[in-house]
Amino acid sequence: MASILAVDDSPSMRQMVSYTLEKAGYGVILANDGKEALDIAHDTEVDLVITDVNMPKMDGITLVKKLRELHAYRFKPILILTTESTAEKKTLGKEAGATGWLVKPFDPDKLVSTLRRVLD
Amino acid sequence: MSIDLSEFHDVFFEECSEGLDVMESGLLELDHTTDSEDINAIFRAAHSIKGGSASFGFMEISSFTHVMETLLDEIRDGRRDITRDGIDLLLASVDVLRGMVAAARDEQAYDQPVIDEVHQKLESMLVTQTKVDTGIAEQKEDTASETVQICEKANVPREADQRITSWSINFKPDASLLRAGNEPSRIFRELMRLGELTVEADVSAIPPLSEIDPENCYIGWSLSLETSASREEIEELFSWVADESDLEIACAATRQKLPDTDVEPGTGKQAPIVSAETPGEVLVEASADVTPNVQDQPAEKANTSQVTKVAEATKNKSVSSGSGKESGSIRVAIDKVDELINLVGELVITQSMLSQTGVDLANSEAGHFDKLRDGLTQLERNTRELQESVLQIRMLPISFSFSRFPRLVRDLSSKIGKQVELTMTGEQTEVDKTVLEKIGDPLIHLVRNSLDHGIETPEVRKAAGKPETGRLELLAYHEGGDIIIKVIDDGAGLNRENIITKAMEKGLIGETEDLTDERVYNLIFAPGFSTAEQVSDVSGRGVGMDVVRRNVRDLGGNVSINSNDGAGSTVTIRLPLTLAILDGQLARIGEETYIISLVSIVETLQMQKESISSFTGQSELYRLRDEYIPIIRLSELFGTKSGKKNLEDGLLIVVEADGQHHGLFVDELLGQQQVVIKSLESNFTHIQGIAGATILGDGKVALIIDIPGLIQRYSKQCQQNECLLGAVS
Repeated sequence: MASILAVDDSPSMRQMVSYTLEKAGYGVILANDGKEALDIAHDTEVDLVITDVNMPKMDGITLVKKLRELHAYRFKPILILTTESTAEKKTLGKEAGATGWLVKPFDPDKLVSTLRRVLD
Repeated sequence: MSIDLSEFHDVFFEECSEGLDVMESGLLELDHTTDSEDINAIFRAAHSIKGGSASFGFMEISSFTHVMETLLDEIRDGRRDITRDGIDLLLASVDVLRGMVAAARDEQAYDQPVIDEVHQKLESMLVTQTKVDTGIAEQKEDTASETVQICEKANVPREADQRITSWSINFKPDASLLRAGNEPSRIFRELMRLGELTVEADVSAIPPLSEIDPENCYIGWSLSLETSASREEIEELFSWVADESDLEIACAATRQKLPDTDVEPGTGKQAPIVSAETPGEVLVEASADVTPNVQDQPAEKANTSQVTKVAEATKNKSVSSGSGKESGSIRVAIDKVDELINLVGELVITQSMLSQTGVDLANSEAGHFDKLRDGLTQLERNTRELQESVLQIRMLPISFSFSRFPRLVRDLSSKIGKQVELTMTGEQTEVDKTVLEKIGDPLIHLVRNSLDHGIETPEVRKAAGKPETGRLELLAYHEGGDIIIKVIDDGAGLNRENIITKAMEKGLIGETEDLTDERVYNLIFAPGFSTAEQVSDVSGRGVGMDVVRRNVRDLGGNVSINSNDGAGSTVTIRLPLTLAILDGQLARIGEETYIISLVSIVETLQMQKESISSFTGQSELYRLRDEYIPIIRLSELFGTKSGKKNLEDGLLIVVEADGQHHGLFVDELLGQQQVVIKSLESNFTHIQGIAGATILGDGKVALIIDIPGLIQRYSKQCQQNECLLGAVS
């Protein structure tokens, strides 16, 4: 069972993402912001990270950059879940090392089918 | 798989209200000195509401919030000045959103005219006042429609369902592809879900072994896919890698699925062909030079296996679901907490039963059961601690109630032309959720009163030599087992003479009464009392203060006011921290045990005969220092007729309610203990003077006395007696 770290400052988003992923058979760890996610990533190696962009303490783009600096996360899929769909923002995410992005509104079925693209 | 998200709606709505509170309080403090993190917090709140509402299908909320977000974004980036008008409009938008969220929650229709009006204002502010250029707003607008489109697209049924198309895909990723966490083999695996896939690897670019960087991708692929899926679906699978690779997707041939007739290449209802370099070629190919399954592809494997192994070796599989570090706060349904509190209450009762048994045993077998007693002592400590921590779950900071006041004071003071500075202290003071909810309205009354009647207009203040800006302070702190809330203003204060005149008019006091200041000031809590020169729509028609007192009393607290003429007034509310338990004094009358709240007891004394004055048919009084205290015989009041008759044989418990003292005549005092309040109303009926009941250690039920109610019952009975007496004589 693949484990996923889901990062979002909105409790309802976190609940939705974790519900969706757990229903699809993944193990889910939740974090409230980038900083907490990074702490968790330090201690626990997960198979995939999904993160929001706009968050207090540490935003999603910074989180991606910091994760890529960690040896264990150099090749890990890291997805950005965001309302920002401008090319500019996508480029920022890509430059930081994001594997891909999912544009909100959040579609649970799509999320699950998308994950198969980056997880074994 | 279809996932129903409706069960998350409640969390979402709650989150919306929290977000709106953040926005409101943030907006109220917004000015040029606000630092960017504070503006960011407002922006994030709007952003979350927008994203959440779109995900949950509340598109109206989402599109409304979108406009606000755009405005906030401009403020955040410094592209827009912070103006009073702007803040007012954003605050109005917060109100509209709150209404929309409430309507969505209650499944009611939105208040469309109001929404449209504010929406329109937001839009016109967006186009007119941007500091740098107006193009930004429009660009943002495109983003929103794009988002919505994506959503819609997914629901459109596929036109080409019945057609099988042969696609020829050329995929040559950049060397850095793997470093972003993308893995071609997984994409190919997903392509296989769409239809028949053949893959051919181009290994020509692989350098000699010595020059290979294991983190680079050197291989290109030619794929052919026979599928009924649309071009969009194929492109979607490559969407994250398209920027980092040369990708060509071409339609090679299309044929009808049923009946199985071939269609001319390129004539299907497909998207325009990007490149058709190998039409027809891959369609039939399954020859030796094409590897059927990418998983078995040696070259590809060689390239990534090294990396995979490293990752595999360090992989920690001990990750379990939900073992996160989440420690902030939890949302618990109130009824669950109440159930816990109830259970712990039972536990406390059990413990006190055991304790009683232990004492009995110890007495009979002198010291033999010390161990049992020790254990019981420990059980007592544990249960007490458990109870305290369970009760803590219901405790919330008073800021939940205070948070509405900055907005209220701002709106109201500008409406009535006064300048007021609000300060709030002790917002983190915690109090039971029920107390918190019920104290909201009384506090609003008090704050409105201070603004309306207390604090003067700038001109009057200036003339009186005070600063033009009035000061209003909300203060909360713990004292003993109570929470004290104070509303302090530096306004005109209460005028003793005015109150006395008014009270006489209303017949609340007699002409000749000599009253302390305290007594006079607290007359304003009497029903129907109002000293305002004119009735205003701000603080109402003088129904406020008595309602305040009633509400506070219902919560087992009391309210008092103190004032200096011309220098302001202070209203003090004292409330119990929780309504579930009570520190009680046990008192015996005959066979009955009563419980009196410790906070209402002033003192207990043995009566001296010479200080007792009694008149036939009238109340008995006890002279304590310079005060005459009415003596209440509980047994007579409740009609039990048991217990001691002679006042000197028992004890007098002096209690205080509303600044007045009364004495309760009891046989003797028993212990003091914390009791769990059980409602009498839900199991029996309301009795005036009784707040509830509890179960004692010996299993007996003891009634808890409600002092203010008891005094009312007593006064009523006295009046009846006097009437009877009058009728007789």
